[in-house]
Amino acid sequence: MTTQSLAEDREIRRITFSHKLNRWDVKISPYLYISPFFILFILTGLFPLLYTAYVSVYDWHIIGGQGDFAGAGNFEWVLAQDKFWVALRNSFSIFLISAIPQVILALIIAAILDQNLRAKTFWRMGVLVPYVVAPVAVALIFSNMFGDQYGLVNNALGRIGVDPVGWHSQVVPSHFAIATMVNFRWTGYNALIFLAAMQAVPRDYYEAAMLDGAGRVRQFFSITIPSLRPTLIFVIITSTIGGLQIFDEPRMYDTTGAGGASSQWLTITMYIYNLGFGPAGGGQFGRAAAAAWLLFLIIIVVGLINLAATRTIATSGSRSSK
Amino acid sequence: MTATTERPAPLTPARPPAPAYKTSRRARRRAKAIATNKPSTLGYVFLVVVILASLFPLYWSFLIGSGDSSTINRQDVDWMPGGNFLSNAAKVVNDPSVNFWKALTNSIIVSTVVSASVVFFSTLAGYAFAKLKFRGSKGLLVFVIATMAVPTQLGIVPLFIAMSQWLGLSGNILAVILPALVSAFGVFWMTQYLSQTLPDELIEAARVDGASMIRTFWHVGVPAARPAAAMLALFIFIATWTNFFWPFIILDSNNPTLPVALSLLQNNFFIDYSIVLAGVLLSTIPLLILFVVAGKQLVSGIMQGAVKG
Repeated sequence: MTTQSLAEDREIRRITFSHKLNRWDVKISPYLYISPFFILFILTGLFPLLYTAYVSVYDWHIIGGQGDFAGAGNFEWVLAQDKFWVALRNSFSIFLISAIPQVILALIIAAILDQNLRAKTFWRMGVLVPYVVAPVAVALIFSNMFGDQYGLVNNALGRIGVDPVGWHSQVVPSHFAIATMVNFRWTGYNALIFLAAMQAVPRDYYEAAMLDGAGRVRQFFSITIPSLRPTLIFVIITSTIGGLQIFDEPRMYDTTGAGGASSQWLTITMYIYNLGFGPAGGGQFGRAAAAAWLLFLIIIVVGLINLAATRTIATSGSRSSK
Repeated sequence: MTATTERPAPLTPARPPAPAYKTSRRARRRAKAIATNKPSTLGYVFLVVVILASLFPLYWSFLIGSGDSSTINRQDVDWMPGGNFLSNAAKVVNDPSVNFWKALTNSIIVSTVVSASVVFFSTLAGYAFAKLKFRGSKGLLVFVIATMAVPTQLGIVPLFIAMSQWLGLSGNILAVILPALVSAFGVFWMTQYLSQTLPDELIEAARVDGASMIRTFWHVGVPAARPAAAMLALFIFIATWTNFFWPFIILDSNNPTLPVALSLLQNNFFIDYSIVLAGVLLSTIPLLILFVVAGKQLVSGIMQGAVKG
């Protein structure tokens, strides 16, 4: 080999080295950027979830730790408890009483906000105020207003000649009170989500409908609602996931956290909490983990049913508009 | 948008004449209102009612919180606030078992650390997912989205075992901070934003100029992500500030966050609601101030997230 070609060779090698470095930079950087998220998420999110399945098949207590293998024993025990089924009923009841009026009211508010209002930002911010009040705070305020004896609501009902309602002592009224707390905090928030989706609907649609002689109500049902389909699905799915896990509001509805004398407003998450960490009969980690997995499965099933239902409803709506 | 709202007026004469059926004046006025999309008085009235209903519970807690223990036991409500708010607030702040100042400090520390961490890691991962090409990016992003639907609080039993029995962090705010350091929602949010707003050309230009990957991220990605990062920080801050379930399990009265302190307050003063509701207001004031300062961004954040979500 000549000296010249040796020098050339060295030059090329230098280029390929920095080139290689650059290629490694391009190849590895993306993984470096996403790895902090995935490592932390696996440790603090995924691991606890999977480990719950492990704990759920053992006799596991807060003091003694891991005990004998129990198989499906914890699940069978939970499913045999009356309280579990009462809590399931309560969670569904509170969820339905809150979700349905909330979505309807949020749609109406959004439809009004979607018009050419003066001081738009003021109204939009106004409906969002409850969002910054913590659920615990909301629960304390409303449990006072819904007091059985001297509560504001019962006083007001008394004025118009209605007998006082047992907002704490009775099943349906207590669900109504708790649903009211949820609606207070989330209606405005959801209205803004719907508003954003409404503003994405092309105005030509409305102009065309108007030329065809459709009134506001008709336009709302034939254009607005069908166009909102993806947003409706999103809101309903997220409120299902959140609603069936409700804890803060019912927990703070009285001081004991038992969910009322006859568990009238005990929810599933409260039931899990009481099994695992409650003052009386707590520390049953195996059973609490089993109940948590059951709740997880229920949420998935209900979420899928809601997804299917929302799809059909919104699709048939858009078909009738054509 | 503005083009369509401004157009109708000048164009009307050019339109073919309307069919010659008779319309009442009212119907015509209605049609005009629909065309300009002007709200009716009823619309304004409805909104006023909604906003009054949104503010009423806060006013109610001020009414009760500024009275004394006898106020709530009266049949007829006095709609003017009493003069005891400061003395009730002092009782809240001075109650040794509630630890109000400690709770306030803890809430500020936890919310700040958590939102800073979530924003940092989400921007980093979101940038990679939105703008960099790598093997498995699609599958991993789907994984992130799927985990958003999984309620992580269902893992509380192992989380308690790990934090309390393995790491000995029971009663320590680190136990609240650690599980909240990253958020799948945050990654999804930043990915969406960056993939829609940051042009590939900017990144290529920086790369052609010889900037390394991390330099490109820092000087091109981060500035572009700033608006979305600010909104994400707001959401995470509020969510962390109001979070109750996990702190309630792992923290105790010696070292609470504000929501946990409120539950202690309810336990101690469950007969005297004037003190409980004064505490409720005290704990809400910081977020109300935040809302006054950043409420506009919060509104636009919700509306942006909605369009994409």
